[in-house]
Amino acid sequence: MFRYIVKRLMEIIPIIFVVSLLIFFFIHLVPGDPVRLAAGKDATLEEITRVRQELGLDKPLLSQYATYMQNLLTGNLGHSLKTGLPISDMFANRFSITMNLTFMSLGWALVLGLLIGTVSAVFRNKWPDYVGMLTAISGISLPGFWLGLILIQIFSVTLGWFPTGGVDGWKSYVLPSLTLGAGIMSMLARFTRSSLLETLKEDFIRTGRAKGLKESVVVRKHALKNSMIPVVTIAGLQFGFLLGGSVVVETVFSIPGMGRLLVDSIAFRDYPVVQAVILLFSLEFILVNLLVDILYKALNPKIRYES
Amino acid sequence: MEVVNEVGQATVVTLDKQSSRAREFWKKWKKQKTAFWAGFFILFLVLVAIFGPVIAPYDPYEPNYDATLQTPSLAHWAGTDEYGRDILSRIIVGAGLSLGVSFTSVFVGAVIGTILGLCSGYYGGWIDRLIMRGSDVMFAFPDLLLAIAIVAILGPGLTNVVVAVAVFSIPSFARLIRGNTLAAKEAVFVEAARSMGAKSSRIIFRHIFPETVSSMIVFFSLRIGTSILAASSLSFLGLGAKPESPDWGAMLSMGRDYLATSPHVVMIPGLAIFLSVLAFNLVGDGLRDILDPKTKN
Repeated sequence: MFRYIVKRLMEIIPIIFVVSLLIFFFIHLVPGDPVRLAAGKDATLEEITRVRQELGLDKPLLSQYATYMQNLLTGNLGHSLKTGLPISDMFANRFSITMNLTFMSLGWALVLGLLIGTVSAVFRNKWPDYVGMLTAISGISLPGFWLGLILIQIFSVTLGWFPTGGVDGWKSYVLPSLTLGAGIMSMLARFTRSSLLETLKEDFIRTGRAKGLKESVVVRKHALKNSMIPVVTIAGLQFGFLLGGSVVVETVFSIPGMGRLLVDSIAFRDYPVVQAVILLFSLEFILVNLLVDILYKALNPKIRYES
Repeated sequence: MEVVNEVGQATVVTLDKQSSRAREFWKKWKKQKTAFWAGFFILFLVLVAIFGPVIAPYDPYEPNYDATLQTPSLAHWAGTDEYGRDILSRIIVGAGLSLGVSFTSVFVGAVIGTILGLCSGYYGGWIDRLIMRGSDVMFAFPDLLLAIAIVAILGPGLTNVVVAVAVFSIPSFARLIRGNTLAAKEAVFVEAARSMGAKSSRIIFRHIFPETVSSMIVFFSLRIGTSILAASSLSFLGLGAKPESPDWGAMLSMGRDYLATSPHVVMIPGLAIFLSVLAFNLVGDGLRDILDPKTKN
């Protein structure tokens, strides 16, 4: 197992390197001079030259990349062109908000997805199955921003149960996390159903039934437990979907998270921030995928680590 | 003369085989009731997209300040927006934009991804390693985030949305087609073609490519739904279509300020996106059950 973890860690290092390289060079391809933005509209030529030197943008691109990587390794993400603040300071609060949102969404998605998928599998080809699967395919097809606006209209504006936006206590996460989790919930429901249907065909299930166990015990204790590993794996692998979706959901609900920061920074052409947010999201996605991969192998004794 | 007859017979046999395949497909397709009706809906959408500017009852761009934010009525079946523009006309003309953007982007992604997947699977070695590591890097970016990043670099606009969505479709197609190619290249008919001295390009495109088409069609239809969602999300964020254009995502974005007072301004474009994506997903599911049942799980 240790060897496997080391091998996988070694595999992601070049990927992280190429990702950082791509983000750095692509951001530098963007038309327009970031220095003019940082120096302000009325800046003189001398001021622009001074700011360019301060930001290190007068050096060759490769040298800039080396400095960038050096800073990155010491946790220095650079400064915002808009506010002049260190980007890591800007991230501090926003990162935890986005994490709260994504993990709460994943929680909803797991609970509801497993429930709908299990009911659908147990009542295969009966009305609960049709309703469950219709809900699932609808959930995959719903635009997140539309669902969010509908939820705001019903539960915030009409019923007044939840705030319309912003972050103020756990209540403000309910509607955004439901919106963000809808897509994954639907995927998990479909996947749980098919995984459970496969497991219900296995010999040990027949044995359980032959022993006279109740159907609910067979499903809950034997079938569901054995169907869980691939389902949880899919949940982890869909984490990137949540990170991408958080950009839209944070915009709809005016949540001051990382996604909202990305959209605002794109609008202002604050490229150091855009670069840092995309890099952080990608790193997070790579690491979550790695973690899921390791957990999958650890939980599933059928898989040989060497393979 | 005999040769001509043989060729003629071979053509007749091939055509017979093709038409019997088509008949078999149609028989199975009719049994997939949900997908069957979703297919009709897509056909309807395509017709609306093509003939939109002709059949739209009003000019989708012409403001009418005497009729702003009207609820659905006989004169305006889907109501009017904040500039008094007829929402139904904008939805009809917008169908061309939304479907056009998603179809073009997935098509471009599919073509590039398929070529890369075929080369990766067939040649193996460093070509395979290079293409697959490239895919790994692309997969390191969450889909929508990659699209947002590309649009951030290229600038807002529908053409750049097409590029962004096409780019994030490439690695998925490349992986899928590579898998199919690896399986197909071990087949006896490929071995036979190789031993008869056929060129690699001929083996790839004439013998292996047809074996990958089923999976590709299934994935293509499912991917259209994803790309409609991605493109409309970009427009909603202000990174895609211009706010005044009748793009469904842009309409929704513009209308959200009026959600409390005139919910139809938001509900109708959202419903158009939802129903289109749903139809493509249902058709994709149906096609998969017929053409590629082993990938169902």
